[in-house]
Amino acid sequence: MLFYLFAILAILSAAYVVLTRNLLYAGFSLLITLLSIAGIYVLLFADFIAVTQLMVYVGGVLVLILFGIMLSSRVHNKSVLSESVNKVWGTLVAGLILVGLSYAILKANVASLPWLQTSEVDVLGNQKSRVQSIGIKLMTDFVVPFELASLLLLIALMGAAYVATEKQNA
Amino acid sequence: MEQIPLEHILLLSAVLFSIGVLAVISKRHAVVVLMGIELIFNAANLNLVAFSRHDPTLLQGQMFSLFVILVAAAEAAVALAIVLRVYQYFKTANLNEVSTQE
Repeated sequence: MLFYLFAILAILSAAYVVLTRNLLYAGFSLLITLLSIAGIYVLLFADFIAVTQLMVYVGGVLVLILFGIMLSSRVHNKSVLSESVNKVWGTLVAGLILVGLSYAILKANVASLPWLQTSEVDVLGNQKSRVQSIGIKLMTDFVVPFELASLLLLIALMGAAYVATEKQNA
Repeated sequence: MEQIPLEHILLLSAVLFSIGVLAVISKRHAVVVLMGIELIFNAANLNLVAFSRHDPTLLQGQMFSLFVILVAAAEAAVALAIVLRVYQYFKTANLNEVSTQE
């Protein structure tokens, strides 16, 4: 089944992000994780979110991260390495979080929640894709967060460009 | 198309979340810490989209995950700019060596 293929791919590549010491390998492994999560979004009937994930994460954030790796490491090093510390404590904390979350998920029995049972029937309705309803919602119910988000993006990108520029008198 | 069980999606997102936490805790290069934060964002988004499947008329989960992606992009831009400045100032991006106190 396609979902489990994507899930295993996402988990393995995410684990490789942590396990490898080479920063570039970690970046490209994160690429595989983000791509498989986009595939899972498609399987969950979220086509617009999947496209946004591809455009923003794979096309934007990952390129930024790769630029960050290239610019924040010495050139004479053949491969860019990252040391890891706190291995025991980190594994312990992450393992405890994983065990706690899995216990809670398995114990909560989410699939039998009443509102999930009632709304299970009409998954896609009579529409082919979610793009139209998301567009209508963005311009009606969610117009204030939409405009605020555009303002936030403008401010953040201007601030990032300002912070990253070399200042003459610094 | 058969339904994917909700628990499996939640478990996948729990695994991705703890891998992200592990990356944040155990890596010392600032960019890898950012990658861990991106993994955590993606795990949260996966939960939102998974529950939004059962909410076909309102689609609140998908809208919320759109805004999460947006804010994550802004966060990555600002954080990488700060990392670049830190690297130019301290000549290292290792978080343990970035310190002004002797």
